[in-house]
Amino acid sequence: MNRGIARGGALSFRHAGKIYDPEGARVVALDDVNFEIAAGEFCVVVGPSGCGKTTLLNAIAGFDQITSGEIRMDGALLTSPGKPLLPGADRMVVFQQGALFPWKTVLWNVTCGPIQQGKLSKKEANEQATHLLARVGLTSIENQYPGELSGGMKRRVEIVRALMNDPKVLLLDEPFRALDALTKSVVQEYLLELYDLTPKTVFFITHDIEEAVFLADKVVVMTTRPGRILKILDVGIGRPRDYRILTSQEFMRLEGEVRESIHDEARKAFEAGEREMAT
Amino acid sequence: MAQLIATAPTAIGDTAAVRVPWSVKMRRLLRSPRPYLALLGIAAFFLAWYLLVDVLKFWRFRELPGFVASIREWISPNPVYGVSLFTAEYYSHMGASVYRVFIAFVCATALGIPIGILMGWRRVFYGLTFPILELLRPIPILAWIPLAIILLPGRELPIIGLTFLAAFFVTILNTLLGVQSIDPVYFRAAKSLGFKQSAILFHVIVPGALPYIFVGLQIAMGACWFSLVASEIVSGQAGLGYKVWEAYYYVQFETMVIVMATLGILGYISSAFVRMLGNRLMQWRANMLAGVQ
Repeated sequence: MNRGIARGGALSFRHAGKIYDPEGARVVALDDVNFEIAAGEFCVVVGPSGCGKTTLLNAIAGFDQITSGEIRMDGALLTSPGKPLLPGADRMVVFQQGALFPWKTVLWNVTCGPIQQGKLSKKEANEQATHLLARVGLTSIENQYPGELSGGMKRRVEIVRALMNDPKVLLLDEPFRALDALTKSVVQEYLLELYDLTPKTVFFITHDIEEAVFLADKVVVMTTRPGRILKILDVGIGRPRDYRILTSQEFMRLEGEVRESIHDEARKAFEAGEREMAT
Repeated sequence: MAQLIATAPTAIGDTAAVRVPWSVKMRRLLRSPRPYLALLGIAAFFLAWYLLVDVLKFWRFRELPGFVASIREWISPNPVYGVSLFTAEYYSHMGASVYRVFIAFVCATALGIPIGILMGWRRVFYGLTFPILELLRPIPILAWIPLAIILLPGRELPIIGLTFLAAFFVTILNTLLGVQSIDPVYFRAAKSLGFKQSAILFHVIVPGALPYIFVGLQIAMGACWFSLVASEIVSGQAGLGYKVWEAYYYVQFETMVIVMATLGILGYISSAFVRMLGNRLMQWRANMLAGVQ
């Protein structure tokens, strides 16, 4: 695959498990999750609601603990039971519902990471931000507030904000869920363009099988409660990719394979009443 | 392909809000039914007053000061009871009241907002202070009057103290609600982005709570005027609350109505001032609410 060399960001999950409310309801969100993501790999996790995708993401980000096993990044322990939570700018999250500070301008939002951490001066950060925003087709919106932007613009600004921190891992939790199909495909292509530009490990959660295969090097299919790994598929389609691959034989074969494995799970989740616990 | 990517977004679902200039806003307002309905509503109120009191002398309304007589007294250079737009007494009462409200409101804001933020931010402080706040808050301001008179020296301080107290509780509570209303996702984002505690305070908590704080400040301003008048009636020697009671006592009903109207106008102006300040400080919100929906 054609891309630069990532500097770190390999993730490994060993017997990772998470039980919510261990003394009471004992909801098993994750059960014995084992897999590896190589440095710079684009990994997409798909699965029905309640399969523990977001639990996994929160554990990597350092927002939440796991109750058994461990998660390592580049060999160093990231999360294990009892270890203090440690969110950090090396693992940036793009949130499902969006988390741009609505009371700050786009420029402030995008530059705040490196400035607060003292990694860049204001001037450097501003220059880099303007450059990156322009790369995703956003010019002269620096002084607007997030509330004035469309959904597709906000998602791009948020991805740029994450990348401004030069993280090793980019964590995206169903980032394009609320977008209409056309906007979604455009933003997906921007994400791939940025990914090809600066190699990073990507951990991307979605419900959308087409999106998963379009973006991923590796698709991880999860089962519903307890959340387990059902299947891992390698997507051997070369990069850079664009919308034309959506109609290729290879793409459709892979999409079919994922859909087949996930279908039974989706039905099971539906019948179990997935609403009792949102991811 | 690169070409396609670079040009596509402007065409697809990407409409940024355009800021609307003042003149256009004004024209839009004048074209909407709002200002005319407002005028109509106010006119209907005064017409009802005029008809019930001046013309029909209906039921006990005949005891009240007439609309025409009150207006005439208000704008007379030689008012019958000594209070009109042209007398120094009018402005000295107004000055005394505005001064008290101003001091009380500023103190309530300066103390209430930091306390509310601390309560929302620090669990221990919340646990310590919330129960006692909830016990003291429901005590009506009128019940505090004797205690204020005993505790605070002079005639001025008890009034200011009582005015302060009403606004203080409202400000704390709304600030606390404001901090609690902030979506936890912003705290997670701030932590991921490497914000220090002070940055979280100034860039997440304070701006995030600001909408609620300003709602609180508007309610607090109303509470200030309410408790001001109550305490001036009881212990004042000057001020609009004192004057409204005195005018009643000496059967100067026109003056009573003039003072009431003045309280209404001052209350409106002070609320509008707080609202304006809020809009100025929360440009992001003003733009969002006015933007393309």
